[in-house]
Amino acid sequence: MKEYFLLFISAIFVNNIVLAQYLGNCPFIGTSKKISVAIGMGSAVVFVATMSASITWAVQEYLLDPMGLQYLQTLTFILVIASLVQFVEMFLKKAVPPLYKSLGIFLPLITTNCAVMGIAIICQREEFSFIKTVAFSFACGMGFMLALIVLSAIRERIEVSRTPKSMKGTPIALIMAGLMSLAFFAFKGMI
Amino acid sequence: MILNSLLVLMGLGFTAATILAVASKILHVKEDPRIAQVEDVLPGVNCGGCGYAGCNGAANAVVEGKSGANVCVIGGIETAQAVGAVMGLEVLDMELELAFRDCTGGQRAEELFNYEGAGNCRAQALLYGGAKTCPEGCLGLGTCEAVCPFDAIHMGPEGLPVVDPLACRACRKCVEACPRGVLSIVSMSAKLLHLEEVNDCLAPCQQKCPANINIPRYIEAAKNGDYAGAVNIIRERNPLLLVCGRVCPRPCELDCRRTHVDEAVGINMIKRFVADWEMNNNLRLHIPCAKETGRKIAVIGGGPAGLSCANFLRRLGHSPTIIEAMPELGGQLRYGIPEYRLPKKDLAWEIQGILDLGIDVRLNQKLGTNFTINDLEEEGFEAFFMGIGAWASGTMRIDGEKAQGVISGTEFLTGIGLGQPPNIGDNVIVVGGGNTAIDAARTSIRLGCDVTLLYRRTRAEMPANIEEIEGAADEGVKFIFLSAPTKVIMDDKGKATHLECISMELGEPDDSGRRRPVPIEGTEERYPADTIISAIGQKPQLSCFYTEGEEQCNIDFTRWRTIDAHPQTLQTSIPMVFAGGDAVSGPDSVISAVGAGRIAARSIHYLLTIGKIPLADNTLRRLIPYTLFKDVDGCKNKTRTPMPHNCSGDDRISTFKEIEGCLTEEELQHETSRCLRCGLICYDRDIPLENVFTNRVGEKVE
Repeated sequence: MKEYFLLFISAIFVNNIVLAQYLGNCPFIGTSKKISVAIGMGSAVVFVATMSASITWAVQEYLLDPMGLQYLQTLTFILVIASLVQFVEMFLKKAVPPLYKSLGIFLPLITTNCAVMGIAIICQREEFSFIKTVAFSFACGMGFMLALIVLSAIRERIEVSRTPKSMKGTPIALIMAGLMSLAFFAFKGMI
Repeated sequence: MILNSLLVLMGLGFTAATILAVASKILHVKEDPRIAQVEDVLPGVNCGGCGYAGCNGAANAVVEGKSGANVCVIGGIETAQAVGAVMGLEVLDMELELAFRDCTGGQRAEELFNYEGAGNCRAQALLYGGAKTCPEGCLGLGTCEAVCPFDAIHMGPEGLPVVDPLACRACRKCVEACPRGVLSIVSMSAKLLHLEEVNDCLAPCQQKCPANINIPRYIEAAKNGDYAGAVNIIRERNPLLLVCGRVCPRPCELDCRRTHVDEAVGINMIKRFVADWEMNNNLRLHIPCAKETGRKIAVIGGGPAGLSCANFLRRLGHSPTIIEAMPELGGQLRYGIPEYRLPKKDLAWEIQGILDLGIDVRLNQKLGTNFTINDLEEEGFEAFFMGIGAWASGTMRIDGEKAQGVISGTEFLTGIGLGQPPNIGDNVIVVGGGNTAIDAARTSIRLGCDVTLLYRRTRAEMPANIEEIEGAADEGVKFIFLSAPTKVIMDDKGKATHLECISMELGEPDDSGRRRPVPIEGTEERYPADTIISAIGQKPQLSCFYTEGEEQCNIDFTRWRTIDAHPQTLQTSIPMVFAGGDAVSGPDSVISAVGAGRIAARSIHYLLTIGKIPLADNTLRRLIPYTLFKDVDGCKNKTRTPMPHNCSGDDRISTFKEIEGCLTEEELQHETSRCLRCGLICYDRDIPLENVFTNRVGEKVE
C-alpha cells in the first residue's frame, strides 16, 4: 500500500509530468486560459492516459516483447493510442452522453498528446506491472490536471492585472509556468 | 525480421481499423443528419464567435432551432445561405452590423476616485459603479479589447475602444462584457430606428434638438475635414439639412454648453456649410437603404414631416408614396417660407435627393376631396402618415374681418409661393407676432410696401425667432407693440381703409406662462391700411377627415383642434394611421416636424414588421438635469463667427435674394474648434485634467 501511495505522490508532485518532465507543454499553455476549460482538458487527459497506458502495456507485453519487436514501440503506441481515442470518443458518445459533452471537444485534441504517449513509454521503461501501470498513469494524469488548473487560476488573475504590454498572454504564462516548475522542484527532496 | 515487423504493424493497423469500423456501426448514435451537413458548411475554425462551443455546437443549435441560419458571425451571407439551404430556412439578407461605441469621453472624463485595482472594467464597476464621474461613460480598462475574439477592438489614444469595422463580426462579446453599456451592435436601420435614451451619451445640444441630431459628432467630422461624414451623420436624423441649415430656429444653440464660456457654437452654420458643400459640388452622396420590403405606405402631405417620414421609411426598405395637395412638394417650406430665407432651387435640390431614393409622388391630390383613406387602403397601402400641417388661419374675431383687403398670412405667403402675388397696395398692416407674421411683413417690404406690424404683447414675448425680428426691423418694418385690432374700417365698396386698434397692458400670466394682454379702455386709434394681413393662430385643416354628410370621424382631436397622437409613437386613434408635424403640435419649427417624421416612420416600421411598437422606459423625454451646467470652467474665450450676409441695403429690401450666407472654410475651422465635444458630463478643456477639481457627479437615470 505504501508503495502505491509513494507512487502517487511521486507522479503527481515530485515527477509531475509537465512541471518536472516537461511533457505536454503545448496543451498546458494552450488550454490554461480558463479554469473551466482546464478542468475539462485535465479530466480528458486523466481518462485517456489511464486507458492508453493500460492498452499499450498489453500490446508491449503480449505482442512486441514476445516477437522481439521493441524497436517498433513508438510506431505501435501512436497507432494504438490514436485508434483508442477515436474509439473512446465513439463509445462515450453512445454510452455516456453527458461525459461526452464535457470531454467531447478535448478528446481529439489529445490524440497525439506527448504527455499521454510519454506516460505509456515511462511505464514500459520502469517495467511496471499492469496494476502499477494503471495507478501510475492515472496519477500522472492527475498531476497534469493539477498543474493545468493551478496555471489557469494564475492566468485568470494575471489577465486583469497590469502586465507590460509585450508580456501579455503567452510570454507571462511561460514565466508563470517556469516559476511553478521551480516551486514544484521543492518536492524533489520528499522521496 | 522486416517481414515480422511489417506484419505486426499491418496486423495492428488492420485490427484497429476493423474495431473502429465495427464500433462505428455498433456505437452509432442516431443523430440528426442535418447536424453534420450544417457543420460541413460552417467554416470549421471553431472560433466561438457565435457563442456556441465550436462549429459543432453551432450546428446543433441551428438544428434544434435555437439559432437561425445566420448563426455564423464570420461566414457572412454565403454561409448563412448554405445553412439555410440545409435547414430549409429562408435567409433574409442580413444588414451589416458593427460594434458601435457611444461614449466620447475617454481621458477627458473626470475620475471620481483613484482606482488601482485589477485592470478590468468589470472589476472596477463593482466598486461604486466605476471610477468615472459620468454614470454612463467608458471606464477605459479595455475589457472589450480582451474579450474580442477577432482582434477588432483596440484601445485608442484617447482611452476609448476603437472598433475596426473590417475585423468586427458583430458577435456581441464586447457588448456583453462592457459593464457600462457603452458598446452596442448596430446596423444602419438600427441607427435610424433608435430613440434616444437617457443612458446614451447625449450632449445638451443633442438632447434639445427636436430631431436629436448627433451634433458633437458631425461637428467633429466637419472639423476633421470629413464633410461627407458630417452630412451622413446629420442624415441619420434629418434629411432636410439644406433647409434646416438655412431656416432652423436652432433650439440646440440655446443649450450649448459654450454659452457659459462666451457664446453658443454656430451649430447651424456648420450644418449649412456641409450641406452647401454637398450641393455646390453636386455630390449627391450615396444614402444607404435597407433591403426592399415591398410594404406600401401612404404619406399624406409633402411638407417637412411628410418628407422626413417618407425618407426614413424608404431607408428602412419600405415603399412610401407621398400624396400632396399642392402642385409641388415642400409644404410650408415652399409656400410659407419666403425665397429670401430659403431659395426654391435649394429646396428643390434637397427634395429631389430624397425622391431619388425611390419614393413615389402624387401631386394635386387633396385628402377628403380627391381621395379618402379607404381608397388608399383598397389600393394596397398598409399604413398612413398624416403630415398635413397647419394651414388654416385663425380669425381676428373683430368686425369687418370679411372686408376686401383683409387676408390671412398663410394665404398671402402661399400666393407668393405659387407665383401669384396678391395686389396689396402701399400700406400693409400685419397682425401677429409669429414667424408667419414676420415672413409676411418682410415679404411685403420686398414688394415695396410700407409695413407696420401689430402685436398685442411686447417684443420680448414674440414667438418669432429673434434674428427674424431683428431682420424685419433692419429692413424697415415698423412695430407697434401692446396693441390689438378691434375693428376693420371699410369704405362704401367694402374695401378696408383703416384698422382700429386698442392699446394693451400686460396682466397676469396665462396657461402658456406669458403675461396676458389686457385692453386699456378708451385708447382706440386708427391706422390707415390698404391690406391687413392677419397672421395669428394657424391650425390644421381638419375638415378633410370628415367624409361627406357625416358628423363623426374616427380620428380623435385635441382640444386645440390638432390631431391627437401618442407622444412617443405618434399613433392616432386609428392604429394604422400616424400623424406628426404641425398637424399634431400646432405651428412649430421645421426640425420638430422632421423629428416627428422619423418617429412616425419608426412606429410604422415596427408595426409592419413585428406587429407592435416597442417603447423603452428610459426614452429621453426632457433634458437630463445633471447634464445642464451653470458654469463651465477651464475654457478660453473664442469669439463666435458672425453670420455672413449675402446682400445689404436696397439690394436686400427690394429683391428676394437670399440674405444669410455660408461660412468660408477658415471660418468653419474656427467655428468647429469652438465646439467642446460634450458628452453627458465631459467636455474639452483648455487646461490639463489633472488641474481640474470637480464635484460634478452624474446620477444614473433609470
